[in-house]
Amino acid sequence: MIEISNVTKEYVEGNKALRNVSITIEDGEFVFIMGRNGSGKTTIFKLLLKEEELTSGKIIVNDMNLGKMPRSYVPKYRRRLGVVFQDFRLLKDRNVYENVAFAQRVVGASNRRIRESVPAMLQMVGLSSKYKMYPHQLSGGEQQRVAIARALINRPEVLLADEPTGNLDSHNAMEIMKLLEEINEMGTTVIVVTHSHEIVEKMHKRVIYMERGCVVGDEMEEDGLEPEEEGMTEGGEIYED
Amino acid sequence: MRISTFWYCVKQGVRNICRNIWFSLASVATIAACIFLFCMFFSIMVNVQHVVHLAETTVGITVFFDEDLNVGQIQAIGSEIARRPEVASMEFISEEAAWEMMKEDYFEGLEELAQGFEEDNPMAGSSSYQIFLNDISKQDQFVAYLQDLNGVRRVNYSNSAAAGLTSFNTVVGLLSVVIIGVLLAVSVFLISNTINVTAAFRKNENQIMRYIGATNGMIRAPFVVEGVIIGLMGAIIPLAVMFYLYHQAIGYVEARFQILSGIFQFLPLETIFPYMAAAAMLLGLGIGFFASFFTIQKHLRV
Repeated sequence: MIEISNVTKEYVEGNKALRNVSITIEDGEFVFIMGRNGSGKTTIFKLLLKEEELTSGKIIVNDMNLGKMPRSYVPKYRRRLGVVFQDFRLLKDRNVYENVAFAQRVVGASNRRIRESVPAMLQMVGLSSKYKMYPHQLSGGEQQRVAIARALINRPEVLLADEPTGNLDSHNAMEIMKLLEEINEMGTTVIVVTHSHEIVEKMHKRVIYMERGCVVGDEMEEDGLEPEEEGMTEGGEIYED
Repeated sequence: MRISTFWYCVKQGVRNICRNIWFSLASVATIAACIFLFCMFFSIMVNVQHVVHLAETTVGITVFFDEDLNVGQIQAIGSEIARRPEVASMEFISEEAAWEMMKEDYFEGLEELAQGFEEDNPMAGSSSYQIFLNDISKQDQFVAYLQDLNGVRRVNYSNSAAAGLTSFNTVVGLLSVVIIGVLLAVSVFLISNTINVTAAFRKNENQIMRYIGATNGMIRAPFVVEGVIIGLMGAIIPLAVMFYLYHQAIGYVEARFQILSGIFQFLPLETIFPYMAAAAMLLGLGIGFFASFFTIQKHLRV
């Protein structure tokens, strides 16, 4: 379970990117965090990734308090997460197989384990036949599949995706979202940061709306609540995400 | 660390070098120049020390005493001298022994002529002590002490050879420390620069590694491997050159300056090379390791 309690994040310039944000995400949930640029959604992503330190409040991910986590433990914590970015962040000089295997090599997996798990993962994301290809030989959707395979190869408990469909056309975007849904159905908690209404509407999942560093709506799949209007939140500065 | 992970890091280190081959070669060349000079000065210093050591064991100080002193008084002074810490060994040469040595040196084949002096020892009053020091650099100080002793008439010693060798050794030592120091700084700077360029190339890869959960050690390892390989290459090249040049240099000096052969005995390469090679490899390894280890530190945080 992920518990974000009264979290405020203030950057050194004095800008508050998050103001007293509280969110709870249960194990195995599929959640969208939605908002415009500067709403604070990427800041949440960075805090969950332990890339940024929170200013106040508490974040607990699977019983680990991120605020009290020593730097030396961060690599171990990150091994329990999978991360997918909008720009894929693949290694251009390595083929599909090596890109996925890379995630296992850097955590010290044995060659045997790599030989067993990489083909299985490539099969799951539908890239078995393209394992020898290099990123520049793949479409955007295929590159994102490689990135997802790399994120999942170490069997994370939580998958964090920052605008995973941002660089894709609507067809490929939906394919990627279906893949994320399948992964979620296998038990992985999936958190997708996006600003795409189209995707969110088609997926019928929980959506957390953010505006100017505050949570302004939390729409569950079943209840169909509309997001709160912008005017309902405190006014504030526009922040860079 | 697993063996497969170790080899992965080694492979990545080699890849880094290949990616920045010109920077890497420049670093290797600088370290090679540094270590070549180190080896050269090492050879010179070891040989000079060898000669100085020979001088210490073969060039002695001879002390003569006032003619009115008897053997007992001379030996009492001798006991006092023997207590000095600079003294490695000393030998008493009586006037009779001195005359026997003189006969051997100057009257060989002229024994009849020598017999003419048998009744009247020309070396009378020439009892002396021959003293060998354990550190020839202290000779001047020790001679001054001897000259101040009551009963000492004259002190014979070879000032030029000992002092010359000692000061030459000191100058070579200081010069080598300064030059090697400057070259070390340049080598560290160049390796550091090479590692920085590699780190910039691998920025994306390092960032991904961090997000995946790689430890600092895992991220750092390929860079350290790169630095160590550059350092070791920079040591092996000058060692190979020195191995060839040392023989050539000895042959050349002995052929051109035969007059030196009696004074100067070069140490064989086999005697000094193991020490020189160990020192040079350690130096290369050390430069490569520390320069890369500390340079990559600033690239570790994402």
